[in-house]
Amino acid sequence: MSDLPGDLLYTKDHEWLRREDDGSVTIGITDHAQSSLGDLVYVELPEVDQDIDEGGEMAVVESVKAASDVYAPIGGSIAAINEDLADDPEKINSDPYGDGWIVRIQPSDSIDEGALMSPDDYQQFIDDLDD
Amino acid sequence: MPFIPHTEKDTREMLQTIGADSIADLFDEIPPELMIEHLPHVPHALSEMEVSRLMRQRARMDGSPMCFIGAGAYEHHIPTAVWDIATRGEFYSAYTPYQAEASQGTLQVIYEYQTMITELTGLDVSNASLYDGASALAEASLMAVRINRRVKTGRVLLAPGVSPVYLQVAAAIAGAQGLTFERLPQDAKTGNVDFSALPEGGEPVAVVLQQPSFTGTLDDVDKITNWAHEQGALMIAVVNPTSLALLKSPGHWGDEGADIAIGEGQPLGVPMSSGGPYFGFMTCKQKHVRQMPGRIVGRTTDLDGNPGFALTLQAREQHIRRSKATSNICTNQGLMVTAATIYMSLLGYEGLVNVANTSHANTALLADGLTALDGVERLYDGPFFHELALKLDRPVAPILTALAGKDILGGLDLTPIIESDALLICATETKTVADIETYIAAFADVMKNDA
Repeated sequence: MSDLPGDLLYTKDHEWLRREDDGSVTIGITDHAQSSLGDLVYVELPEVDQDIDEGGEMAVVESVKAASDVYAPIGGSIAAINEDLADDPEKINSDPYGDGWIVRIQPSDSIDEGALMSPDDYQQFIDDLDD
Repeated sequence: MPFIPHTEKDTREMLQTIGADSIADLFDEIPPELMIEHLPHVPHALSEMEVSRLMRQRARMDGSPMCFIGAGAYEHHIPTAVWDIATRGEFYSAYTPYQAEASQGTLQVIYEYQTMITELTGLDVSNASLYDGASALAEASLMAVRINRRVKTGRVLLAPGVSPVYLQVAAAIAGAQGLTFERLPQDAKTGNVDFSALPEGGEPVAVVLQQPSFTGTLDDVDKITNWAHEQGALMIAVVNPTSLALLKSPGHWGDEGADIAIGEGQPLGVPMSSGGPYFGFMTCKQKHVRQMPGRIVGRTTDLDGNPGFALTLQAREQHIRRSKATSNICTNQGLMVTAATIYMSLLGYEGLVNVANTSHANTALLADGLTALDGVERLYDGPFFHELALKLDRPVAPILTALAGKDILGGLDLTPIIESDALLICATETKTVADIETYIAAFADVMKNDA
């Protein structure tokens, strides 16, 4: 298991969030999630400017084995989508915290950090899952 | 792999292994108040002997009349080899086995079928079939909503020529999921879309055109397809597979081609059988494949580099996506598809062109003979394929009854559908010149006696 980037926040649904300087939040899935899913072959992305509720379906990631929903960890409007994933979904496998980002959301409310995990907490969370 | 159902002993062993007493126990989580003992209007089960007797009685009632009815199901010659091969033990099941890849022969047949249907429709990918043409329209409309996510209206616009039966079925299936179906305006002279009165705006999610239309007319497919795309709508083509031997395939409609093509597969080697089982076909552009319902067979190579066939893109399907699957459709009408594949293989391109040309020529001959009679004229102007609507100067039903007395099924009475004394006729390649002359003479006779 690779080291978790220290500047990100994490969810129990194996997503990561990074606060950008402009107030938006970039979201992707964790290394643990991509390795569980296996080789990704397709990513279905939302529309830019689409409003999304916290917990709403935001994207679908499809591997050769399964298609899984990615739920929005925060509510807001979609500020950007990673269009490169249309041709290169495997970027999520090769670089989940970098080129494999999925969407950027402009949050509608302030973010409740209590509901999110620090890198250490998330590491503990996935260690417990493996036990 | 032959289809062998499990024995009582197999069932008992399987139940023992999972610790259940009976098959009924497997359903005990369904609340009793939701269980229905007997469905109203559905008769109790009959034994095989009782069913055979009933069917023989019904078949005798049918007799063996000459059939000039089309309207969605068409009588074509089916080479004997088609059902001789399709009913071999290796094929004789409606389903792909659960371990699909163990049945390479079944998968290869479906792969060949998909290849032929994509060639006929001029589109990139085909699924392994749907129930029938009518439910295929519902599936295509739901698919269009999934693809065209920007459009939230759920409005599907139908050309006037889309079968009223297809509309009923599609509305019954997709209506509860928020889709609405509306008719585009009709040009009274041609029966086709009235381009001078097309609605602007309203954000339709899809436009549906049936070619040839239910009443046999041929519409301007290019113009409608381009109009649909200008409206931001997807274009759904409903086509007769036999007609595609002569007419432009949906993949080439307009500047960009139709997005989805569907239709009734029955004309390809499936007997009319009083209404079924038939099969629906569906093809689409490659970019829409992930929203296509049903199974898809692909060709691949195994670890040793040998060619083989495998189900592909299964992540869309219900056993993986559960309630979020594109549809609960599986391989569906596998046996009908097997027959269609053998039918198309035996006829080849040239054979299908011959069937289409002869059907057209026969219908033209029949139409010429009938319209030469007093009180009979064409309902709509313009070209047609193998079906045509006639306007009579009197009620149609008594004429058809009188013809039936002469062992001729004279066509479909359009009166309840278009509120005009009109008759829909069709003469496929199964009719000889003598058959057609017999019909025309009988029709003239009936009209004279009725006058």
